Formats: sequence, structure tokens, C-alpha cells
Amino acid sequence: MSILVVAEHDNEELKGATLNTITAAKEIGSEIDLLVAGFSCDSVVEQACSIPGIGKVLLADSESYKNCLAENIGKLVSEVGKDYSHILTPATSNGKNFMPRVAALLDVSQISEIISVISDDTFERPIYAGNCIATVKSLDSIKVITVRATGFDDCDAEGGSAPREILDLDSNLGISSFVSEELAESDRPELTSADVVISGGRGMQNGENFKLLEGIADKLGAAIGASRAAVDSGFVPNDMQVGQTGKIVAPNLYIAVGISGAIQHLAGMKDSKIIVAINKDEDAPIFQVADYGLVADLFEALPELESKL
Amino acid sequence: MKVLVPIKRVVDYNVKVRAKSDETGPDLANVKMAINPFCEIAVEEAVRLKESETASEVIAVSIGTNACQEQLRTALALGADRAILIETEIEVEPLGVAKLLKAVVEKETPDLIILGKQAIDDDSNQTGQMLASLLSYAQGTFASEIKIEDEKINVTREVDGGLQTVSLNLPAVVTTDLRLNEPRYASLPNIMKAKKKPLDTLTPEELNVDASPRIETLKVSPPPERAAGVIVENVDELVEKLKNEAKVIS
Repeated sequence: MSILVVAEHDNEELKGATLNTITAAKEIGSEIDLLVAGFSCDSVVEQACSIPGIGKVLLADSESYKNCLAENIGKLVSEVGKDYSHILTPATSNGKNFMPRVAALLDVSQISEIISVISDDTFERPIYAGNCIATVKSLDSIKVITVRATGFDDCDAEGGSAPREILDLDSNLGISSFVSEELAESDRPELTSADVVISGGRGMQNGENFKLLEGIADKLGAAIGASRAAVDSGFVPNDMQVGQTGKIVAPNLYIAVGISGAIQHLAGMKDSKIIVAINKDEDAPIFQVADYGLVADLFEALPELESKL
Repeated sequence: MKVLVPIKRVVDYNVKVRAKSDETGPDLANVKMAINPFCEIAVEEAVRLKESETASEVIAVSIGTNACQEQLRTALALGADRAILIETEIEVEPLGVAKLLKAVVEKETPDLIILGKQAIDDDSNQTGQMLASLLSYAQGTFASEIKIEDEKINVTREVDGGLQTVSLNLPAVVTTDLRLNEPRYASLPNIMKAKKKPLDTLTPEELNVDASPRIETLKVSPPPERAAGVIVENVDELVEKLKNEAKVIS
């Protein structure tokens, strides 16, 4: 049993979801290598080497890997990964993008978004927007897996001293190139790793009213999310979407404001520790999953809540 | 240019699916079926390319039982020119689907393949990427905007932190995200016309593809239930509970 974990990073910082993925890997076996594919990503490699329990950190440093183009990363991971029994990566937009290419190149199936490890070949994963949990067994020789970060705790980040090994592999397929990037700049924590998330739905009525959430988010150190209805209505950008087709979150505290609780939204947040719902419709399905429900007009409740925190 | 649009028949997105009591699978008896919402966006995008005279032909393809004809007819009513059903009784996994689609691509030689980023039944999010990989094509997943220029396509993608734009050589694979477009409703005359459009049927054997499963589903169970919560009277009580009972704020 030897496991390759592909690290998620932005060439500067190792992303937290990598640590949850390593926890999943440790439940499968003890021989774990970590692959860092990027460009001028020394700081990432340093962070990777200090994670306890890693056999070695493999570094593929090339401009071909700078922007995580799935074509190039997929080829690289399939070449490095063919000698391993398991290949794991977080189910982030990057992981979802390149990992199926790896599986196809190795002619094996992929098991997407596992939330628990039953044995080295059997895993649990949500289907039908989390309304069912499937227990699936892989019949392939190499298990290619993406890991839902909220299903696993993060492992320790400090205390290890894994050796690094530099790979001389430059797989540029030359069929795709990076053009530009517009990343939302925010001082708030990242949605998927925040301790507290406050989300607005269609009840917010417009994008301007999301400001009502900001004061509360500032006081609680929260990230701000949104339901698909709010995104579809054009109130806020899609990277704020929490749900089956958006981000999956599981913070200690999730506050749903003006969100009815459609199946597809619940799929993205129902594993939160404490759920609060504020909605003026007392029959809204969100109250069925909420630990604390407040039936109130959000335009009155939010300013009051902000002043009392 | 020729555009291929693979689509999937799935449970309607409004249906709350439950596990069967014996945990052998999801309970799908008598549930409403529909075209997967992301596939519908893919059909719409392809039809718009045809309307803007970028595309010359739009071909819809689906894999599954004979019942998938219904969703192919929907695609034809939305504006696809013809349809192909790869008929099989087995539940084909994304890798098998990608292999079957590769065989169709080799036969039809489309310049662009547009499909949904994920099906809302198994939530795998794999097929488009696998197809691109098997064909050694570039891919633009989770697309919110596409622009075709010369021999290339620029795809703006919804990524975790915002948006990323990539340039891909054609032929290429694009998978759709929600904001790419808003699909139209099929008009009654178009629904009638769709009945006369060509729909060919093939089998995995005819395409010489082994689509046998690689994953065994041992059981399908309901998710852990959340205990019922309480309704608080006012904001004061809410803050008090969060501080002293749940202890999630200080």
C-alpha cells in the first residue's frame, strides 16, 4: 500500500484541504508521499516537508504547472502515480478538474468526494445531493480518489521533516494555455475553511442588501456565502455559492439568512456543527435542519443581531 | 463547425431521493425523470452557437435504456439537429461513458464537445474530463463563458476563488456551469418538429467498447439525521443560546 497525495496550493501557500486529504490517506495506509506540482513554489515545498508522517515530498517545478492546467498536471500525476496503489487529492475546483484525466490515462475509475474510509478499497460518498450515502468498493488496481475536505479533520502541519525529491518531468501537452484570472479579494476567511459562515438567499432581495451580512461577518470572523437562488438572481458571484453544485462547507456555526433550504443548498451545509436559520416563512424547510430557528423579518433581525454580538 | 452534446437522463432536480429501506439503492420507483440541468445548459449553448452561425450542426447523444429517447427528443426540441442513443441496460460509470463518447467522437469528428459539469444523480463530475483525456483534447471545465476565435476557444471557468480564463486548441471539451446561459423552454411547434428529427440507435458492442463497471456499490443508506432544533422567540434568545448552550460564539 503506497499512497500519493497531490497537494493543493497557489505556488505560495499550501491549502488547508491538503491536510484533510492527508488524514484520509492515513486512514488508508501509512506510506504516504506528497506531490507538489507548481512553479517557483519553494515555500509550498517547505510547508509540505514539515507535515508529520509523510515519506517524501516530490517536487515537479516547471512553468507548465504554474496555473494548474489540467492537461499538463493530469499527465504528470498519471506518470508519477502509476507506481502507487492510491492517488488522492482534495475535491477542490482544481482537483475536480485534473483528477478524472489521471484516472482515464490509467484506465481506472475515479471515486469522487469520499467522506469516509471503510477499508483500503471501500469508501463512503454522498450521491443525490447528499440525500443518500453510497458505500462503494473499487475493483481497480489503482484507486483514484478525490476527498471532500469537510469529511476529515486536518492533520498536523508542523513537526515533520520529510526529504524532498526533485522530479525531472515536464509534461506540457501544448494544447491549452492560461489567459487571465479574476480572483475575489477579501480579508475574510475562505468559505470552505471558515469556522463561521453566514449565507444569504433570495430573501436578501438584492446584492446591496448583502451588506447587512458583512457587519455580522466582521464581528464573528465569518465567511459570507449565498444560496444558488441568490447567485442565479445575480445578487452575488458564483464563487460564493454553497450547495450541491457550489462549495461544500461544514463550519462550527452556519447562519442561513433568507434561505428557504432547497435540497441542493442543504447538500452544501448540513454537516455544519450548529445551524441557525433566520427566515420569515415559518414553513421553510431550512428550519428542519436548523438547531436554532428565528422566524423574523431579516431586515429587522440582522441589524439587531449585529448590535447584540 | 460540428458540436456534439452528450446528455444524461436523471431524476428531476425537485425530487428528494431517499435510500430504499433495504439499502440496496436509491428508491427511484415512479419518480419524475428529466434531462440533467447542466446538460440542458450544454444543449442551449450549442444551439446558440448554431443560431450565431458558428456551428453548422448540433448532435445530441445519450447513453442508457430506451427511455433516454425522451431526453434526446427534448434536446431536439430545444434545437439539436439529430440524436444518437447508445442503448444499454447496464448502469455505465463515467469512465465507460467517456469511452463510448470517444467512439462517437471518432465517428462524428465534432470540433467541440459541450457537456454538463456533473450529473445530479451520482454527482461524479468526471465524464467531460475523462473524455478530453482519452482524446488528448484540452478541456474547459465549469464554464461560465465561451468565445470561439480562429482555431481556438477561450473558456472562462468558475474556480474556487473566482474566475479563470484559459485558451484551448480545438477540438476541445467544455463542461458547463450554471451561469453559462439560461436554457429556453421548448415551444410546442418545436416539440412537434423534434418528433421527426433523426434519432439513431447504437450499442456498446457496435462501438466495440467495454463499458463494464469498475466500482461495486455495496449499499446506499440515508445520511445521518440531524436532531430537531428549537425555534427561538427573538434575537436576544438566539444570542444567549449561541453563547451559553451551543458555545459557538463568545
